[in-house]
Amino acid sequence: MNAHHSVSRRAVLTGGLATGFLLAFHLPLRAAVNEPVQPRDTTEGKFAPNAFIRIDKTGRTVLMMPQVEMGQGTYTSISAVLAEELDADWSKVEVQHAPPNDKLYGNPTFGLQVTGNSNSIRAWWLPLRQAGATARAMLVQAAAIQWGVEPASCTASKGEVAHAASGRKLGYGELALAAQGQTPPKDVAIKDPRDFVLIGQPLKRLDTPDKVNGKAIYGIDAILPGMKFATVAACPVFGGKVGKVDDSAAVKLPGVRKVVVLDDMVAVIGDHMWAAKKGLEALKIEWNEGPNAEITTKDIWEDLRKASQKDGAVAKSDGDIAKALASGDRFEAAYELPFLAHASMEPINATVHVRPDACEIWTGTQIMTRVQSEAAKAAGLPVDKVIVNNHLLGGGFGRKLEPDMVIAAVKIARQVDYPVKVVWTREEDIQHDVYRPVYRDQITASLVDGKVSGWKYKVAGSAVLARWLPPAFQKGIDIDAIDAAVDAPYDFANFHVEYVRAEPLSVPTGFWRGVGPNNNVFAVECAMDELARKAGKDPIEFRKSMLTKNPRMLAVLGQVAERSGWGQKLPPRVGRGVCVQPSFASFIATVVEAEIDDIGEITLRRITSVVDTGIAVNPDTVKAQIEGGLIFGLTAALYGEITIDKGRVQQSNFHDYRMMRINETPKVEVIVVKSGEAPGGIGEAGVNAGPPALRNAIYAATGVALRRLPIDRKLLAAGKKA
Amino acid sequence: MATVLTINGETKSFDAPPDMPLLWVLRDILGMTGTKFGCGIAQCGACTVHVDGKAVRSCVLPVSAVENRTVTTIEHVGSTPAGAKVQKAWLEAEVIQCGYCQSGQIMAAAALLAATPNPDDSDIDAAMAGNICRCGTYVRIREAIKQAANGRQS
Repeated sequence: MNAHHSVSRRAVLTGGLATGFLLAFHLPLRAAVNEPVQPRDTTEGKFAPNAFIRIDKTGRTVLMMPQVEMGQGTYTSISAVLAEELDADWSKVEVQHAPPNDKLYGNPTFGLQVTGNSNSIRAWWLPLRQAGATARAMLVQAAAIQWGVEPASCTASKGEVAHAASGRKLGYGELALAAQGQTPPKDVAIKDPRDFVLIGQPLKRLDTPDKVNGKAIYGIDAILPGMKFATVAACPVFGGKVGKVDDSAAVKLPGVRKVVVLDDMVAVIGDHMWAAKKGLEALKIEWNEGPNAEITTKDIWEDLRKASQKDGAVAKSDGDIAKALASGDRFEAAYELPFLAHASMEPINATVHVRPDACEIWTGTQIMTRVQSEAAKAAGLPVDKVIVNNHLLGGGFGRKLEPDMVIAAVKIARQVDYPVKVVWTREEDIQHDVYRPVYRDQITASLVDGKVSGWKYKVAGSAVLARWLPPAFQKGIDIDAIDAAVDAPYDFANFHVEYVRAEPLSVPTGFWRGVGPNNNVFAVECAMDELARKAGKDPIEFRKSMLTKNPRMLAVLGQVAERSGWGQKLPPRVGRGVCVQPSFASFIATVVEAEIDDIGEITLRRITSVVDTGIAVNPDTVKAQIEGGLIFGLTAALYGEITIDKGRVQQSNFHDYRMMRINETPKVEVIVVKSGEAPGGIGEAGVNAGPPALRNAIYAATGVALRRLPIDRKLLAAGKKA
Repeated sequence: MATVLTINGETKSFDAPPDMPLLWVLRDILGMTGTKFGCGIAQCGACTVHVDGKAVRSCVLPVSAVENRTVTTIEHVGSTPAGAKVQKAWLEAEVIQCGYCQSGQIMAAAALLAATPNPDDSDIDAAMAGNICRCGTYVRIREAIKQAANGRQS
């Protein structure tokens, strides 16, 4: 059996619970590690044993990053995993963005060079350890040959091989040339986790020193000789086209170089962004708005509510759901979630130079190879003539899982012979996003003896996967949309999950941080609180009674109850709400404490979250991701909603698409539990936790059972009852 | 007609329309990309720089308004005592995630500490509420400002 294949498969399988999204893929798993086709780095004296590791004569250790850094800390964590098994000198580790190459850098789960679904560490955990361990073995072998001793009598640590018996030592830099000549050994043992020296330590991030002094380069910061600047206006109505453009005033403005008219957008190229912007404002554009010009959010919701009445495709059915729902105390509720924009702080952008024989791109993307192939199509060039230079991402959140900004920039750059940096204004960024879909989640349940006996959950909403990765959409089921619905943490004897695909009129939908579990965790945890009240039980005790087969969840829930002061008396109109979630193979319990004033305004008082993510490669990063993810999710719960009128998005910038700010941020305590289990995902998880925990706190404080987001303050004024 | 500005202690001379915001002068004419574009309407603070030591939003500040004034950007704030303290505390508290807003956060925090060496929570809220962080690093920003103020750096 091929060792590397078995490693990859294990990496997927040890994802454990809540990986429906992943397990449902049957794409060929890539075995990138040590493939012979890897580019040989021929710099003299350099040790380049595989796609990930480059050590030069000075011991400088450059690690190639197959996943992208968008704030989640993965450059540091991936480096720690590689360096751990390599026994590298951490102080000599540097990182580089990997070039597009699915064969070498494709995520082992997806078979594509994609960063998403909180999957970087989960997918690479074993393959990268194997890559590091193999490289270390080659260095040890090289030293052993030089000393004429058995490799087994040598040890490696902090970038040196030592032979204790003779007291000899050689640095990895000194061994680079000889190690390069070694044949990679097969089936090298990886470390026992007890021997980890880097994994599990709160290592300082490798990317942050350049982020405090303006030196870090994001896609938007690319500068090229002779480069010009462009900004765009796309047809405000989805699916609409450009009609007539009168550019007579614009082209006379100082600094305006060219007006480019594409099928569905107009760009102005200038000497700088200001000239481009002024030029765009001076254009008179008539749009052919097309058939979607009258669509409103109301139409979309009517459609979704209607679609959600249909029977869905059955994703899971255990026990006898019809029988279970026919007896006991019945509960029914529907939960509705709005469209959301990503609003990463770095507006979407791409810099492109189309030369006669090639197209070169500078951007920050979560999908390197897809950007390359889409750009090739837009440029009319073969894929190997497209060079993609990736950068740090000023937030991704799923927006940069789409190639649209690069395609548009290539089309614009084809019109000129110089490099052009295309930057979307915030308004264009928000109004031409690929939105988190609207969802309507219906839960029907029955209570018998204070426990859930039957649980029927129907998810209705857009199938993002059907568009984004068609082979993953099978039997009418979007495995992302129902991810945390089928992997509910509770022990429900009669359990049934259905999915209805319902695409919203005209509005493009995509992945949004937290992905499918956002809708699932919200619906499940809201319903659990309402059921607890119906059963006359404390929300945590109620949940515990159905978590007896889920010890990891039970443990974090118990701990969060303690740390949050659960059960302690609170003033009037102050409440605590809980959320448990098994998403991304991490187990998280969160308590939000909030106060609701007499007019329904909400003050967050305190958040406590306990996280079991298995082995935390960098516990401080895990903590930071939960802290930040909570704010991201709570922002959506408090403010997030994209609405449509006359076929166009009504929000445009941070004044009407609000973000939480520091003055609204409470004390947040995150506890990372020690665990020996395989690492879970963490980048998205915090996002799922905030909204239901806040909603349940409001329920506790006011008795109002909110069933839609964002939170409608009008329903929360004093005296209102659900 | 050339515009002359003092930026980070150096005199810079360039051609720009008088109404051009300082942000685009810095980024697109002078190639100083540490200062970021976030919203263009002074709502997010990513573009924050110091003019005569005060935090201002460069995305709405016409370049003509800063002639004969002293402009400091993220590239140079480390040479001020408050800026250096803030940068150090930011790394020690490991504030940063994607980092895109952090130039602005650091400039706002440095201006706060220069004016108010021992800020309390409400001072921090008042000075920092104009700066959005989409990654949600606010908890650590607050902690790092307090660390920088107390000089609790190793």
